[in-house]
Amino acid sequence: MPDGAQPVLDVRDLKTVFRTRGGEVHAVNSVSFDLKPGELLGVVGESGSGKSVTMMSLIRLLPSPPADVRQGQVMFDGTDLLHCSEQVLRDIRGGKIGFIFQDPMTSLNPVFTVGFQIMEPLRRHLGMSKEKARVRAVELLDLVGIPDAKRRLKDYPHQFSGGMRQRVMIAIALACDPKVLIADEPTTALDVTIQAQILELVKDLRQKLGMAIVWITHDLGVVAGIADRVMVMYGGQVVEQAPVKELFRNPQHPYTRALLKTVPGVIGERPEKLNVIEGQPPILYAQPEDCSFRDRCPQAMARCATANPRRYDVGNGHDVACFWDPATGGERNA
Amino acid sequence: MLDAKPAAKPVKTLVEVRGLKMYFPIHTGLLRAHTGDVKAVDDVSFDILEGETLGLVGESGCGKSTCGRALIRLYDITSGSVKIDGTEIGHADQTRLRKMRPTMQMVFQDPQASLNPRMTVADIISEPLSEHTTLSKTDKLKRIYELMDAVGLNRRFANRYPHEFSGGQRQRIGIARALALNPKFIVCDEPIAALDVSIQAQVVNLLEQLQDEFGLTYLFISHDLSMVRHIADRIAVMYLGKMVELGPRDPVYDSPLHPYTEALLSAVPEPDPSLEKTRERIILKGDVPSPANPPKGCNFCTRCPKVMDICRQIEPEFREAEPGRFVACHLYDQNNKTTAGATGGTEADNEHFQQGETK
Repeated sequence: MPDGAQPVLDVRDLKTVFRTRGGEVHAVNSVSFDLKPGELLGVVGESGSGKSVTMMSLIRLLPSPPADVRQGQVMFDGTDLLHCSEQVLRDIRGGKIGFIFQDPMTSLNPVFTVGFQIMEPLRRHLGMSKEKARVRAVELLDLVGIPDAKRRLKDYPHQFSGGMRQRVMIAIALACDPKVLIADEPTTALDVTIQAQILELVKDLRQKLGMAIVWITHDLGVVAGIADRVMVMYGGQVVEQAPVKELFRNPQHPYTRALLKTVPGVIGERPEKLNVIEGQPPILYAQPEDCSFRDRCPQAMARCATANPRRYDVGNGHDVACFWDPATGGERNA
Repeated sequence: MLDAKPAAKPVKTLVEVRGLKMYFPIHTGLLRAHTGDVKAVDDVSFDILEGETLGLVGESGCGKSTCGRALIRLYDITSGSVKIDGTEIGHADQTRLRKMRPTMQMVFQDPQASLNPRMTVADIISEPLSEHTTLSKTDKLKRIYELMDAVGLNRRFANRYPHEFSGGQRQRIGIARALALNPKFIVCDEPIAALDVSIQAQVVNLLEQLQDEFGLTYLFISHDLSMVRHIADRIAVMYLGKMVELGPRDPVYDSPLHPYTEALLSAVPEPDPSLEKTRERIILKGDVPSPANPPKGCNFCTRCPKVMDICRQIEPEFREAEPGRFVACHLYDQNNKTTAGATGGTEADNEHFQQGETK
């Protein structure tokens, strides 16, 4: 991944609000990031941190109302996805941008055969004939490692196991050779041994196909294994972003640091007591004017209550939205 | 913590499980004839010592939850014996079970589903007290407050409803309810699976703290191997209704005996990129077979990377391979004696008899 490459996906200042009876909930607050060709960007955060909503917003998959993508710019292939027509967007969804969702059971249609569902994008986006699409569908199932692909085209989703269903989802997402693949917690519903199979498959497919991937997860272990770069989200904002090794070696944000300490591993030292992040993640009924991690932050300072920190560049492609500087233990300058 | 437990003190066995079987019948056809069984738990034997935490791990569908529920008799078990605190409850009737309930309690996976949305926190926690004790109203309220303090819930919230709480707090309500009758033994069935990472740690620490405070014994069922490593003293691994390995925590994690345990541990992603790069990962082929139709011989033989001929013929016995470490695998057949020459025989025996466990 050359550094100077033009990003395939460039998201600027994205803001999404949900209108609820209790008032507006600011789920995504000024999120900016980009995705380089062939890169795997891991997005980590707790539930409610806005990671899924960000990805759903940028392709306008959220029902409106209640969702309202209030501002921002999402450049993909020379098009601003937030301001183009529904028609253009339909050509992109499932075509140049593929999706894999968390739960393969609910995202596959139970009344259509798996073959039909894989052939659908091929016929819709690439205008293939039925026969051609069928041949390609068999290839795709082969590619994702489903044995006896030809026969299994006629099967319905319930005839597949969880791991196999997720492979089918991956096959559908890959059908039209997407430039960008957005995977929303694709292994969370799976067992570890099956997760290991899927992760291995994705690593393998990346080498073969070279698409850029956004991988949403709450599992830091998964990110450590497959990501090139990691973006940590909290309270609808990007709080830290860095290449994967840099992030794990040199975490800057108190939230990232705490998060890394709360997850125990299965090898190495076993801590006597688990580190805890006290308190609860925030529900943002207003645009945050201060740092939303402040209440749970061990390093909170007076300044954190008065302003929402911008993202500071700390070098090595690493940036962090925090006033606290772990190097000096004091306030960050400039 | 438990590690600091004086070794000299004789440890009592609190829960003793022998040959536990829990089959769910399959009925098919017009007459709903009994055509087979889902062998969710198939001849499992183990002990849980007083004051320890036994971590029960395995993939979904391996029977770990069924095992946990069966051993406090939330099901009518197919066969086997379960002794809790010296009392046999394996085939006890409901009246006797009811008397035993205060000793054994359960914390469920989904705090959303296991709390009645129409009851306040105080109602939920006091329900077991009204059922099993004759406390006066004021005493009950005092106890409710005590329990809320113990699990770290603010007393002021006693009259609120479950939906007003976050997931982690709801799980605390569930824990308070389980603690209400001063149980000795608590089955924690995936108590942290529905929670966020940062909240998981809070609940795990709470469970540990309560264990020290009240001398509780836990069966901690989870698929999260890294959390189990944290909380458990001993680990039991299940695969397709059978227990494949049981042993003290550190040896099991450091040098697993059973190939399945080894594969399972290697599949856990480690939150460290440099470690991840160098790690040898054992990728298991395929999926778990159906428990209604398990393979012949060893249940794991269809996916085992170290499979031998004998594995497809003879079911391995669950035996002590090293002191305190039990494993069901032919790799650890001591003298590798091929005793049961007639292969069909062992299978049939297992169907009808309870194996005398070596434990």
